[in-house]
Amino acid sequence: MPHAFDEMSSTDGGVRPAYETLQRWLAEVPQDVLDHRRKEAEFIFRRIGITFAVYGEQNAQERLIPFDIVPRILTKDEWSRLSRGLEQRVKALNMYIKDVYSKREILKAGVVPENLVYQNPAFRPEMNGQRVPHDLYVHIAGIDIVRTDPDKFYVLEDNARTPSGVSYMLENREIMLRLFPELFSMHRVAPVENYADDLLATLRSLSPHGGHEPNVVILTPGIHNSAYYEHSFLADKLGVDLVEGRDLFVKDAVVYMRTTEGPKRVDVIYRRLDDDFLDPLAFRRDSVLGVPGLMSAYQAGNVTLTNAVGTGVADDKAVYSYMPDIIKFYLGEEPLLPNVPTWRCREADHLKYVLEHLPELVVKEVHGSGGYGMLVGPASDKAQIEKFRDKLKADPANFIAQPTLALSTCPTLVEKGIAPRHVDLRPFILSGSDKVRIVPGGLTRVAMKEGSLVVNSSQGGGTKDTWVLDA
Amino acid sequence: MLSRTADNLYWLTRYVERADCLARILDVSQRLAYTPVTYGGSTNEWSSAVLTAGCADEFVARYGPLEEAKEENVVSFLAFESENPSSIRNCFEVARTNARSVRTALTSEMWDVINSAWIELRNFPNRALTRDELSRFLAFVKETSLRFDGATFRTMLRNDGYWFARSGAQLERADNTARILDVKYHVLLPEKEHIGGPLDYFQWASILRSVSALTAFHWVYRDSVKPWLVADLLILNRQMPRSLAACYDSLARNLDDIASVYGRQGPSQRQARAMLARLTNKSIDDIFQTGLHEFISEFISDNNKLGAEITEQYLT
Repeated sequence: MPHAFDEMSSTDGGVRPAYETLQRWLAEVPQDVLDHRRKEAEFIFRRIGITFAVYGEQNAQERLIPFDIVPRILTKDEWSRLSRGLEQRVKALNMYIKDVYSKREILKAGVVPENLVYQNPAFRPEMNGQRVPHDLYVHIAGIDIVRTDPDKFYVLEDNARTPSGVSYMLENREIMLRLFPELFSMHRVAPVENYADDLLATLRSLSPHGGHEPNVVILTPGIHNSAYYEHSFLADKLGVDLVEGRDLFVKDAVVYMRTTEGPKRVDVIYRRLDDDFLDPLAFRRDSVLGVPGLMSAYQAGNVTLTNAVGTGVADDKAVYSYMPDIIKFYLGEEPLLPNVPTWRCREADHLKYVLEHLPELVVKEVHGSGGYGMLVGPASDKAQIEKFRDKLKADPANFIAQPTLALSTCPTLVEKGIAPRHVDLRPFILSGSDKVRIVPGGLTRVAMKEGSLVVNSSQGGGTKDTWVLDA
Repeated sequence: MLSRTADNLYWLTRYVERADCLARILDVSQRLAYTPVTYGGSTNEWSSAVLTAGCADEFVARYGPLEEAKEENVVSFLAFESENPSSIRNCFEVARTNARSVRTALTSEMWDVINSAWIELRNFPNRALTRDELSRFLAFVKETSLRFDGATFRTMLRNDGYWFARSGAQLERADNTARILDVKYHVLLPEKEHIGGPLDYFQWASILRSVSALTAFHWVYRDSVKPWLVADLLILNRQMPRSLAACYDSLARNLDDIASVYGRQGPSQRQARAMLARLTNKSIDDIFQTGLHEFISEFISDNNKLGAEITEQYLT
């Protein structure tokens, strides 16, 4: 694997300009002070209860995501390039989903193969011909970005269903402000705290009807969901009710919530619940988390669901490989942010190449997430590779493969001191009827283990505060 | 507000209040149990603790006859056991689960108290505690409820959420005071030979202690401890924050606040006012004449009825 680009140190051994101040500061601060602040941060996180659950782990019901106190820094220029690319990408995603559920021009033009839509488990026939307010489907997107050198940023993954992690972006900043005020006095860091306002403005702009002030709620599966902290955090920041399925009911195709003063109409639901569980009458009948009749209210246009139903048709890893073509098709523009080159194992010649080069590739399941069920070729032994080869051959359409990218590294506090660790970035893109909003930065995830490329929190990844320098 | 949110707030404060009450019961039982029998100590203090806590059936099912209740079993059952749905540990567990479900309705200070207590609770060993450990534990429980009440009082918006939270605490508190009286009413009754003897004094004092009112008693009555005055303080005296009258004073006001914001009165408001009137218009002599025991039993059942009405009217 090629040597990774480090975002602080330039290749000639110097320091990249954005990191100069931070580097000097890190060199001066004694290690035990850093250790102490890290412990303090952990104490605060536990105390506020910023925890997540890992499914299938006993006794780990509430775990902390490791927080790294060394910030990750982007320049204003880097960020403006990124944000233009993100806006373009989300625009194309929205147009694609609209097309898929209406005229299907992109399928007719042969740009995207039909079976990618019709055989996609996330495709929702219920959405055919369904109009959604302002033709927007993906109101809250999380686009995962990786970097390989000073100039190259790639999109690694689109998350168009219910992307999570934004609470960490916000809390990380709060903690940093509390622990390192001196660092902020030395840098001009663009604020992120307006995210909650932006989100509320976005949600309100999506109300199915004008007139009265829309009643916006956040729908959570409940306290046992791994992201419950985030749901309650957002409800609190937005000042909206955090509801569970049992708090809502549908009467005459209108959604109401049960309040101490009787039923109250609901206009916009920011749901953190997968399509499958939304409505036992329309989807999974065994779902006790959803609201019977919700789809009928949605189809009648009486309530907005964010994100819309059926957006999963645009964010699996097979569709991903067509994103550059999708952008060109709808916008007539070249993608501002490139994809990572991707082999679709569903295609015979791609599969042949992948099977021949397994030790150097990363192979992922099309519908996988959370870093599960994937093969990182260079980090695997022969036996693991052969085992995976069988899995791949048995169901090629279920996999895609990518070159093992040398993800950039950032200085990170580990046991031995400051050391480079691989990172990615998840910015959050809000699409309202009035405009697109992106707060500068996003969530930086970091693989805490030396050499590891897997940043997912379910696999021991941590997070960092992400700074976009304003000057 | 969401009915579920109101319901969670109401039960959250009830559980914190219950934990506090259990800690006092254990405290007092311990003290009485160590007092020599000739000074009012008795061998069955631990069984009255179980009775007062209202979990006799569960206890008997686990440890056998109440008369033979042993200290270590009672302490463990009331304080720690998960088989007892109302053990202090469970109260804290449920309180935290409720708090997590309504985090948005709590201030960060209130959440912090509950969450920290829940974390702290794990530092107490899962075995029989030494006397020292037990006192530390009981102090920690009382401290937690004080901090929680303080955080609630100082930081929460004065709206329906606050009133539901306060109503839960007051209803539970009234229930606790009434149950202490219910188990001990016989020592307050004027009975033959040993009126005023040392035995009774310690029993009366222990009743006062279990609601932290021994000092208050002297300030209010400027008299030695007399059973009818003990009953007066705990039932009718509004200066005393744990008296039934004070609880209902506050309950009726909280419920009225809710009704006035919502613009509608209902059965719970009427019930609370009727009970307050009863506590206002009666003297302690009236109560003793018609029967202390009957009065208390009826109160406990009416208090439960009010709880059911609040649930019916707002929380479902």
